[in-house]
Amino acid sequence: MAARPREQFSDREQRLLASLTEHGPGFYALVGLLVAVIAWGIIAYAMQLRYGLGVTGLRDNFMWGIYITNFVFFIGVSHVGALMSAILRLTGAEWRRPVTRMAEAITFASLLMGALMPFIDMGRPDRLLNLLLHGRLQSPILWDMLSITTYLTGSTLFLFVPMIPDIALLRDRFADGPAWRRRLYAVLSLGWKGTEAQRHHLETIMAIMAVLIIPIAISVHTVVSWIFGMTLRAGWNSTILGPYFVFGALFSGAAAVVTAMAAFRRAYHLEEYITEAHFRRMGYLVIALGMIYAYFTFAEYLTPAYKMAAAERGYLSAVFTGQFSRLFWFTQIGGVLLPVLLLTLPRIHWMPRLREIPMLQPRPALATVATYAAAMIVLSLVAPQTAALGGVDVAQMITPWVIAALGIWLFLALLPVFHDRPIAAAVVASVLVNVAAWWKRFVIIVPTLQNPFLPIQRAPAGWGIYQPTWVEWSITAAALAGFVLIYLLFSKVFPIVSIWETREEPAHRPIGHGETVGVSVS
Amino acid sequence: MPVTHEAAQRRWVMIIDLAKCDGCRECTRACNAMHFIPPGQEWIRVYEMQDHEAGSAYWLPRPCMQCDNPPCVKVCPVSAAWKREDGIIMQDTERCIGCRFCLAACPYGARTFNWVQPEETEEQRLRPYDIEWNIRHRKGTTEKCIFCPALVKQGKLPACADACPMGAIYFGDQVEDAVTNSQGETVRFSELIKEQAGYRLLEDLGTEPRVYYLPPRKRLYPAPPAAPEPAAAGKEHR
Repeated sequence: MAARPREQFSDREQRLLASLTEHGPGFYALVGLLVAVIAWGIIAYAMQLRYGLGVTGLRDNFMWGIYITNFVFFIGVSHVGALMSAILRLTGAEWRRPVTRMAEAITFASLLMGALMPFIDMGRPDRLLNLLLHGRLQSPILWDMLSITTYLTGSTLFLFVPMIPDIALLRDRFADGPAWRRRLYAVLSLGWKGTEAQRHHLETIMAIMAVLIIPIAISVHTVVSWIFGMTLRAGWNSTILGPYFVFGALFSGAAAVVTAMAAFRRAYHLEEYITEAHFRRMGYLVIALGMIYAYFTFAEYLTPAYKMAAAERGYLSAVFTGQFSRLFWFTQIGGVLLPVLLLTLPRIHWMPRLREIPMLQPRPALATVATYAAAMIVLSLVAPQTAALGGVDVAQMITPWVIAALGIWLFLALLPVFHDRPIAAAVVASVLVNVAAWWKRFVIIVPTLQNPFLPIQRAPAGWGIYQPTWVEWSITAAALAGFVLIYLLFSKVFPIVSIWETREEPAHRPIGHGETVGVSVS
Repeated sequence: MPVTHEAAQRRWVMIIDLAKCDGCRECTRACNAMHFIPPGQEWIRVYEMQDHEAGSAYWLPRPCMQCDNPPCVKVCPVSAAWKREDGIIMQDTERCIGCRFCLAACPYGARTFNWVQPEETEEQRLRPYDIEWNIRHRKGTTEKCIFCPALVKQGKLPACADACPMGAIYFGDQVEDAVTNSQGETVRFSELIKEQAGYRLLEDLGTEPRVYYLPPRKRLYPAPPAAPEPAAAGKEHR
């Protein structure tokens, strides 16, 4: 087939296609950084293979740590694909079109990283085949294997099938491009010509997949939660863990899409595809999911906290007021309340009037908080001793009240700034959601292990507490880098916004500024 | 569902008399020596317990409970842990993949993990792999107390019961209704449990342990000297 004339592509499509071939210095720098982090992680893993899991902070009482945290986190983020492509497709939310593929690609990349984590965590990865040779269906690990592989297959198809018309476009566009692109697109386009019959097939497949993928996605995070929920341990022995994890997953996934939208919009100049309206609508989704998630959290913690049964008392007090309280309240205030406020308050029309209050000038507030944070960091480096040894216990000086007062001040001062930059507000909110989501998974796993039925006694030095080691952090960083790298390279091989689904035809008009058009299940 | 033993010839059972335990940890030492247990592990661990403030402290030796409704066996993805008809939960370190789900599932903390490759003595190396002796330890696998089936097969007591200088650990067969301690005392299992109000650890979890305890009433030996070790020692997570 002859190369299509360029005129067939609109301006914004030209810009989108340019993102496939034009790489700035920033791209190479980022890829270099990611590859370096991954290489470092591989070295760390080689250490772990050589010397065993003893190089981690894991011990008998803390048999699971941040590898399992990563597992739950990445599998959680992957849920957004089903949300965006299936639920929004079925409910006819036409505005989703430019962001669907971004969401599906997040699903793909994070599922790969999530599925890798249990293998990293295994004591005997060399006996992987035993899972197939001797697998027992009673074990939730087998449920995880089955549902995650099903979801990976399903969501890869879900990513690939609606990409076929675009791949055909690329096949024609790159008819005289590099050989690898020509071959790749020729194979993957599966002979797409855009005939009526082909379109019909595509739409049928997508309609079926959209219905099928929802129960699969729900099953995935439900069984992930059940590696905890199927034990007797206080804090894990909870009936709502399945639905709780599903909504926590959707919440973090939706926030990840907001971050990705902002990153691609800026890096690939996709302002015409991804408009402020998209951030507003994704913001609504994040708010709604955040509220449901907060409700689940409330239900999950209040019911045992009201009764304070002996078994649960230990982990609950560790989480609310003890050892893990800073992390827990950060995940709730910084990871749920603050993001929801950031997505709502700046939209109130009188917000800019806060600027008139002398106390609430953004610059002094920012400067004060930054100075305070810097002072605390320097102090903790210079005088790390505890107060008992005559030094300064920095952690003791950072009281929750000071943090709260400074935080509220900074928040109020920045509200007018965010009013003018709603996308910046959405990005800050979504990054907070995901940082907190990771720590919340940590706070689900570790406090329960810190408070077993029989007290932790006679543990060798250092075995009574969980402190992740550099090996675990390196592998965690490598997993995150791997996720970003897969995602980035995907966007260099395939257009990150669907071209054919956003063509400005009356039936498929993308919604930037207007309202939804049509409710076809396509 | 709990495992049933209608056809079983033997149903091994253990009774630990807490009134007789003085916390000397001879059981732990004998077990460690018998199985060449790697450093950091104790398959029978002696806890210092105090049930409530008004109560007196007491010692609690904790072997594997060999539960009849075993949480560890349920979650094992590869059948590396399984329940025998004689009640013992076995562990196959040649099959274990090291997922540590059993450590998470066990409410008694009875399972341990080989975080590194344990150093082996010459004697250990010469012994063939025998699942019932369980003296070869492998990096990245889970292990635990297995009631010394190799010794029991020879008509001996498990190492811990045999080593207890107080005769606090009784071991025997529930079918035969007889348990024996290191002092050579053989008593009826059912009578001992009835007369001395035998109980099982964390009974309300429904794990149906095969290890019974006699309450530490009228203690024959002094209580643990100090207050129990705090549950967690170390730095705060920040």
